[in-house]
Amino acid sequence: MPQNEVIQGLELDEYKYGFVDEEKHVFRTQPGLSEEVVRQISAQKEEPEWMLEFRLKALQIYESKPMPTWGGDLSKLEETLDEIYFYVRPQDRMERSWDDVPENIKNTFERLGIPEAEQKVLAGVGAQYESEMVYHSLKEEWESKGVIFDSIEDGLKNHPELFRKYFGTVIPSADNKFSAMNSAVWSGGSFVYIPKGVELETPLQAYFRVNQERMGQFERTLIIADEGSRAHYIEGCTAPTYSTESFHSGVIEIVVNRGAHFRYTTIQNWSNNMYNLVTQRALVHEHATMEWLDGNLGSKLTMKYPSCYLVGEGAHGNILSIAYAGDGQHQDTGGKVIHAAPRTTSSIVSKSISKGTGRSSYRGLCKVYDGAVGAKSNVECDALLINETSRTDTYPYIEIEEKRSNIGHEATVSKVGDEQLFYLMSRGMSEEEAMALIVRGFIEPIAKQLPLEYAVELNRLIELEMEGSVG
Amino acid sequence: MSTSPILKIENLHAKVADEDLEILKGVDLSLHEGEIHAIMGPNGSGKSTLAKVLAGHPGYEVTGGTATFKGEEILELEPDERSQAGIFLAFQYPVEIPGVSIANFLRTALQAHLEEGEELDLFDFQDLLLDRMKLLDMDPVFAERPVNDGFSGGEKKRNEILQMACLKPALALMDETDSGLDIDALKIVANGVNKLREENPEMTVLLITHYQRLLNYIKPDHVHVMVDGRIVRSGGPEVALQLEEEGYKDWTETEPAGA
Repeated sequence: MPQNEVIQGLELDEYKYGFVDEEKHVFRTQPGLSEEVVRQISAQKEEPEWMLEFRLKALQIYESKPMPTWGGDLSKLEETLDEIYFYVRPQDRMERSWDDVPENIKNTFERLGIPEAEQKVLAGVGAQYESEMVYHSLKEEWESKGVIFDSIEDGLKNHPELFRKYFGTVIPSADNKFSAMNSAVWSGGSFVYIPKGVELETPLQAYFRVNQERMGQFERTLIIADEGSRAHYIEGCTAPTYSTESFHSGVIEIVVNRGAHFRYTTIQNWSNNMYNLVTQRALVHEHATMEWLDGNLGSKLTMKYPSCYLVGEGAHGNILSIAYAGDGQHQDTGGKVIHAAPRTTSSIVSKSISKGTGRSSYRGLCKVYDGAVGAKSNVECDALLINETSRTDTYPYIEIEEKRSNIGHEATVSKVGDEQLFYLMSRGMSEEEAMALIVRGFIEPIAKQLPLEYAVELNRLIELEMEGSVG
Repeated sequence: MSTSPILKIENLHAKVADEDLEILKGVDLSLHEGEIHAIMGPNGSGKSTLAKVLAGHPGYEVTGGTATFKGEEILELEPDERSQAGIFLAFQYPVEIPGVSIANFLRTALQAHLEEGEELDLFDFQDLLLDRMKLLDMDPVFAERPVNDGFSGGEKKRNEILQMACLKPALALMDETDSGLDIDALKIVANGVNKLREENPEMTVLLITHYQRLLNYIKPDHVHVMVDGRIVRSGGPEVALQLEEEGYKDWTETEPAGA
């Protein structure tokens, strides 16, 4: 591809001078959720009729379902639902100015050492800043192997049959109120297809998906790892995602076909006014492996339980999650494993840190269906409390219909101890440095699973978060 | 010796922080640079408390007296400030820090000892760590293990000596370093301390111990006996030998009232 086309693809030309093309008129739906809004979204995206019908049906389901009363407190969110704009065309969102980004977010960027151009992208005020050559060569590699890595909108447009075969099959609209909402108004996200037997060394990073829409408020991602393939997908980044929106409700569907191995990594750090309600689930077939590595920082309330439905014999699911609940935040996270076939195995390792008045809850389900002979599951959840005011709860649900299975559950709660702090301080570290080191050690089993640059960023972020934890 | 002491403790009183329980009842002690002092005493005499109070343990509250290090009052300083000033406490019960490797721990500690704005060079650190481990006959793999997590008693104490070797303190407080060690482990640990002393004869050492046997391997210049929160006798190495023969019984019974 000639250089100028690459640049056009990146839309750098449009944004480098900080103005938006006048031709692109501002479009957003009226506030609140209605049939009219759903029709407008579908029309804007020029979708086929079946997708409009899918959305409208989802809207009905959404309206028929009550707000969940378990998990976190959603009452404030419920009050504001009528004021939310359910669709704003992404390029219009870019009009936000750098001056509007709060100082504390800017400071955090600064201290994470993120270059200014990237800071603007992260704050949603600039175009994606990209190493063109890296992206270019990766893109060529993917294309030559038949890998599809597109925005969800392009997926629907360019691969209609494949898309329709899988879309909504892993997480039906009726799964829960928020999956229904997402199904009605989804916008943005990724569509990924890894062909049979293809193995990708380099992770697919949503960061590289430069065309079209950025991750939206109601992102929808559909991934199919076909038989015997192997790949790793990384979503999000550890720098704080600044958003003026206060509500994020995503749906991530993954199909891992026979013998495939797929890992989905996401580290998200939302601004602390955000309600983050995400449904993410993988359907794991015979002898396939699905791994979720899920990190949740920030937000006001996060409810997120990556799931593995082990439907084929010998399927394996692995869920690693880290949650960090700072002052006033509630992380209600965990994982679900459903054993629906013989000799399926799973493991959940969940680590949470609560600081100040932060609260973290582990909520997990392990279900073994009748006939899942020889199923094995091991759940381990560890909570670390930083201050006296911090809180943690554990809600493990275990439902076992098959006697010939083996399920283990282990939970620990620890508090940063005075002896630990004194030990580190007697070696010269300040109380904050000591706290940060203890926390880093606590999450190390998960951090070491991350690609190096993410692990480094996560550690630095935790250090920043730990500031002011003392006293 | 005509020079002023590196550590001077005068009439030091301390109690358990949340209780009305006085443990140190007027300790007086002076250590000069390069000296090795041993404090011996029965269980509960306050000798470990003295080491912890000098390092700034939050579990104790100083209720009277002074302690100066290199002429500066230290009792108001935070534990990290005391460390940065050159005081090192080798713990009786080293604490586990799961998930943090010894190398990472030491790097963080050494960085904390640098001036604000100075950055520890990673290659320099690596060289220092390898050099220190070689001095102490330790396998470099040891530095990759999480701090004290799953360590044997001997490994924990060796880890303390390694930290001491890296931080190079002016004053080492060694709190019952010999407790829980078999004779082989004791020799290894004592040998490590002696090597550090050979390398840096100015290092001052305060050994807290219940038994004479440690003093067979680390030779003290002065031995003090502590009973019920006070130093009741001071002398040369012969005091330790005398104690070994006679036990603490005489001291606990003949302690003069109101001293």
